[in-house]
Amino acid sequence: MTNSWTDIRNTDLVVVMGGNAAEAHPCGFKWVTEAKAHRGAKLIVVDPRFTRTASVADFYAPIRQGTDIAFLLGVINHCIRNDRVQWEYTKAFTNASFIVKEGFGYSDGLFTGYDEEKRDYDRTNWDYEIGEDGFARVDPTLQHPRCVWNLLKQHVAVYTPEMVQRICGTPQDKFLRVAQMISECSTPTRTMTSMYALGWTQHSHGSQNIRAMAMLQLILGNIGVRGGGMNALRGHSNIQGLTDLGLMSHLLTGYLNMPTEQEVDYATYMQSRQFRPLRPGQTSYWQNYSKFFVSLQKAMWGDAARAENDWCYDYISKLDVPSYDILRMFELMNQGRVNGYICQGFNPLMAFPDRGKCTAALSKLKFLVTMDPLETETARFWENHGEFNDVNPASIRTEVIQLPTTCFAEDEGSLTNSGRWLQWFWPAATPPGEARKDIWIMSQIFLRMRELYRKEGGAFPDPILNLSWNYHDPNEPEAEELAKEINGRALVDLTDPADPSRVLVPAGKQVVNFSQLRDDGSTMCGCWIYSGCFNEAGNNMARRGTEDPDGTGAYLNWTFAWPLNRRTLYNRASADLQGKPWDPSRKLLEWNGTQWTGYDVPDIGPTSRPDQVMPFIMNQEGSARLFSRGMMRDGPFPAHMEPFESPVPNVLNPRMRGNPVARIFQSDVPRFGNSEEFPFAATTYRLTEHFHYWTKHNKVNAALQPEFFVEISHELAAMRGITGGGWVRVWSKRGSVKAKAVVTRRIQPLNCDGGRVVHVVGIPIHWGFTGAAKKGHSANTLSPFVGDANIETPGFKAFLVNIEPTTPPGVVS
Amino acid sequence: MSGTMAEQPRTAVSNPPVRALAANFGEQDLVRRSATGSLPAPQRQLTPVAKLIDVSKCIGCKACQSACIEWNDTDPAVGVNAGVYENPHDLTDQMYTLMRFTEWVNPETSNLEWLIRKDGCMHCADPGCLKACPAPGAIVQYTNGIVDFIQANCIGCGYCVKGCPFNIPRISQADHRAYKCTLCSDRVAVGQGPACAKACPTQAIVFGTKEDMKKHADGRIADLKSRGFANAGLYDPPGVGGTHVMYVLHHADKPGIYSDLPENPRISPLVETWKGMTKYVGLAVMGFAAVGSIVHGIFGRANRVAREDEENAEKLVDGRPVPPPASEERAG
Amino acid sequence: MNIELSRRGLLKVAGAGVAATSVTAMGFGEAEAAVIAHVRPLKLVNTTETRNTCTYCSVACGVILYSRGDVRKGEHAELLHVEGDADHPTNLGTLCPKGAALRDFVRSETRLSFPKIRRPGSDRFEQVSWDVALDRIARLMKDDRDANFIARNQAGTAVNRWTTTGMLAASATTNETAWTTFKVAKTLGIAGFDNQARV
Repeated sequence: MTNSWTDIRNTDLVVVMGGNAAEAHPCGFKWVTEAKAHRGAKLIVVDPRFTRTASVADFYAPIRQGTDIAFLLGVINHCIRNDRVQWEYTKAFTNASFIVKEGFGYSDGLFTGYDEEKRDYDRTNWDYEIGEDGFARVDPTLQHPRCVWNLLKQHVAVYTPEMVQRICGTPQDKFLRVAQMISECSTPTRTMTSMYALGWTQHSHGSQNIRAMAMLQLILGNIGVRGGGMNALRGHSNIQGLTDLGLMSHLLTGYLNMPTEQEVDYATYMQSRQFRPLRPGQTSYWQNYSKFFVSLQKAMWGDAARAENDWCYDYISKLDVPSYDILRMFELMNQGRVNGYICQGFNPLMAFPDRGKCTAALSKLKFLVTMDPLETETARFWENHGEFNDVNPASIRTEVIQLPTTCFAEDEGSLTNSGRWLQWFWPAATPPGEARKDIWIMSQIFLRMRELYRKEGGAFPDPILNLSWNYHDPNEPEAEELAKEINGRALVDLTDPADPSRVLVPAGKQVVNFSQLRDDGSTMCGCWIYSGCFNEAGNNMARRGTEDPDGTGAYLNWTFAWPLNRRTLYNRASADLQGKPWDPSRKLLEWNGTQWTGYDVPDIGPTSRPDQVMPFIMNQEGSARLFSRGMMRDGPFPAHMEPFESPVPNVLNPRMRGNPVARIFQSDVPRFGNSEEFPFAATTYRLTEHFHYWTKHNKVNAALQPEFFVEISHELAAMRGITGGGWVRVWSKRGSVKAKAVVTRRIQPLNCDGGRVVHVVGIPIHWGFTGAAKKGHSANTLSPFVGDANIETPGFKAFLVNIEPTTPPGVVS
Repeated sequence: MSGTMAEQPRTAVSNPPVRALAANFGEQDLVRRSATGSLPAPQRQLTPVAKLIDVSKCIGCKACQSACIEWNDTDPAVGVNAGVYENPHDLTDQMYTLMRFTEWVNPETSNLEWLIRKDGCMHCADPGCLKACPAPGAIVQYTNGIVDFIQANCIGCGYCVKGCPFNIPRISQADHRAYKCTLCSDRVAVGQGPACAKACPTQAIVFGTKEDMKKHADGRIADLKSRGFANAGLYDPPGVGGTHVMYVLHHADKPGIYSDLPENPRISPLVETWKGMTKYVGLAVMGFAAVGSIVHGIFGRANRVAREDEENAEKLVDGRPVPPPASEERAG
Repeated sequence: MNIELSRRGLLKVAGAGVAATSVTAMGFGEAEAAVIAHVRPLKLVNTTETRNTCTYCSVACGVILYSRGDVRKGEHAELLHVEGDADHPTNLGTLCPKGAALRDFVRSETRLSFPKIRRPGSDRFEQVSWDVALDRIARLMKDDRDANFIARNQAGTAVNRWTTTGMLAASATTNETAWTTFKVAKTLGIAGFDNQARV
């Protein structure tokens, strides 16, 4: 989230698209109902299904899953054609005026530079013209034919209301109503918030869905303001934290990157990370990259990390592929190229696409370790549960070690919510049996391996032997000492560069925040963006002040938000070029002539002049990118792409299938179906009664939604002779499930291109073969093994199935 | 637990108390007591309370059901999917409140409206269940409006089911006593709202004095009218003297579209007749004859054991304890 | 106890299920004289309350855990009830159907209590000690790492990559657990390291 849950109360218009906040995030959705009740805000829902969010919406429009880009570019087109643009914001705070290199273009659904063989683009021309002064060339009048604004105008022109209806199946009048309501938020005194979740991310073009809305929000002037923003609702309680802390194949902490093989040494790695400003006087905060990187290396390897050895740069793996993401790992596993796998609180047999492939892959492992408070299907993937898990244990040679962990009620520490608040919590219960904390388990695995390496030697033991592990009890580090490590501290006296006699932070003391980090080895910090969470003032994540001046929803004294306790990102953009709030009634910050003041921690240098330093300080441009240069693999603008399995061809280019640069493994090619064999458009989703595959273990939630079902329209039910409450079989190219049928008016057939009727099949995800709920088939049996072109999030939201009435599943133990 | 732990903040007093706190109402505040002719008049009038359910803010999430189960320690069975979202499929002795879902196409707009109503005891000012109840003290009403079942006094006859114009009470197959929403009288007695109202994510359920709840409803109705719901209004049916659970409906002119919410609920004339009678055996006969096959199971059972009921009732009047009914005898 | 203090606190109850203006009107003034007869006693009396955060989604609602016994005093503690924290700015005491039933997640019949191993080809788990389980894991991991670690690529660049054992990290654990896990996984060179961010 750029903003916070509590900020949503400030909005005038909520657009829930690519998410279902009322069902998946009910208590966060409270702030939508607050905005409605107290500000008269309106709620729009755009979704293939009439969801529980739609049930309280002011306006609902249906859309075919996977076509959100066409819809959103249609809205941008509408705003441009009707002059509904926050011009002052767009001109000053976005790269609308930047001039793009000659040679960039777009036609037939493809950008310039496409190589069909490689399934990749040559992105050389997707960039700005750089002037002799080293800065990007701009045309503030927006007259230049190749300035970003004119390219955008041209790019979205095709997405007329007629085209939106052809692609999305949204009736033109409904689309226009939505476009009109959204376009009203282009005035400086009306704001819109975008709430989205997996409905946008889980597509082969998921990142571009989100970009399309971000661009719309920028031209409406809705980023950085109260009641605005791009608000990813996010899933698990600490999914934000795990991402922030870099527990991903391609990341280090704080969005530092894992090096690639081309970055042979530290100097080379840093060469592409200079982040010189592209416009005069801009902040380009990533220029501090080396301070954060070196401080991380010091946190990891302490004294072993020295300038002479490149701060142990070689201790970090260098990637030969963009990432060893989950899809690649399971592909490799299925090829027999992975021997061991550890699932810490994770149930991939249910959570990853194409369950048949997942079972085959897990069966090829030598060993699988699971750590979880609950039984999981993954830990028992080898166990026969009749048709719910039809495997032969004798033929599966995988050794499985299942470790019982504590759960939240027995643990202590901090979780980062989707609004980036790090909130501390305390333990209340004794764990069952011998269940232990994850920290203890990870420590034990590490200490035992380190001991083996000490005794036996082995492959590159250096990072293991040198890993900093100075804890009160090495067997089980305390949450507080780990949090202090994440915050960072001075390793020697840090003196003021302007006055070396002045000690800013004495050796051994916590740094106040990341502004004190250095790249000379004098500081350590586990995660720079979290720095400030536990400094000499104490554990700021445990703060519980509920003051909220002017009802901004910022709650600056409540726990700690990264970065620097800032609650709304880009909040400097809430004020104009003179530093006056766009909407005086919704002030966040204000320039008082010498510095920024207000209700939030300024997201800008406190004395950076409003007419000189632009708000998007992490970008080299200082402004936000309507045109994203070569930073995304599938285009500098979003463009309509069909799902890989689509009921209709891509109207822009019928030869195109899916995202033209999304990675497809050869072994999955025969596992894609077509619309002749599988005529119906399926989507998977969550229900409010359940959380993923956990709450089926809870007898209360199991009672509230006991059994696997699918949802279809009355029309499709009539066509296939299906009755509500009866059993149906749903199958894709990859597998087949049985489920109860819910026949509903909440799903309607969509009229798409040339009168083609698209029927939607809705498939909730929550059932499996362990727990208190009825045993059930699982939705991921059906979904395809393909990910987003940029970050490999699997495309669970749009694929093809067939459906027919059937008999109940066989009786099993 | 090993090692030191960070200091924990103290709990604020607006959350439920963990220290013993005297209840702010009790037996002395009864205004009605089932099958009791000589109830002393209460010495004070508590301010009437009410739960207001704003159907237009409800997202059908079932948090109210979940919170109800947890607070009351009930254990509804894991059922099946019957092609609908209601689970359990009906109110039960283990499920005092239930979200009922209706897909309604508004003929004026042709738009689908998904009407979701939280069903449960309405806490009628004129409670049909209490009036129908032949067991002394099994159903009570406090001057604040709460209608509570005292299971220790219940004889499981099921007359309350027949007496209820909203079809709310349910008889347990396990202990043969009647159960329904208590309006969390135990929570209200220490200044807390009901568990469902506390949990409700959108605060579609709010709780307070009936007067405040009506004022709150006025504001909600004005908002709904401004959004085009011309017939938005409050459901506080006069036929049962008003209720202490009220609804804000977007289409208050058509309560029936909300999963058959009664247009004009009132106590069955039969119950009003029973009310004047004192012989329990007579009640049983009349009940059986009147309802026939509609609730045959319950009344068949009640009729068969009517003598035992009567004996128990008499013991009650004498002040002697009543043994719980033997479940074998009642299983039919 | 200080009943005056409690009563004042109750006035702040807005968001805890009671409209703020209503509380005093509900007969609380006569509380001391009341006799508990019909009304059930509040079941939370004499429990230990603990501030926690809901483990499910990232709205991160504040919850209060009510337990019998106090782990902070080294006592055995059993979770009795969970309720939303009325002081929390995001949820103001409310909870969703999952959060409201957190107690039965903690007390689920399918909670795990002991380490177990399933041998190759077996149709069952067998209970083992932590030492057996952890030593086995360390052995399996080290053997695989030693056999398959890629220290240098063909160009001779130090790449120090271990791709034959992967790990998925848990996105409902704490930041402190995540940092510990990060340290261990990245130090070992596990390339296939990921979390729920993608799914």
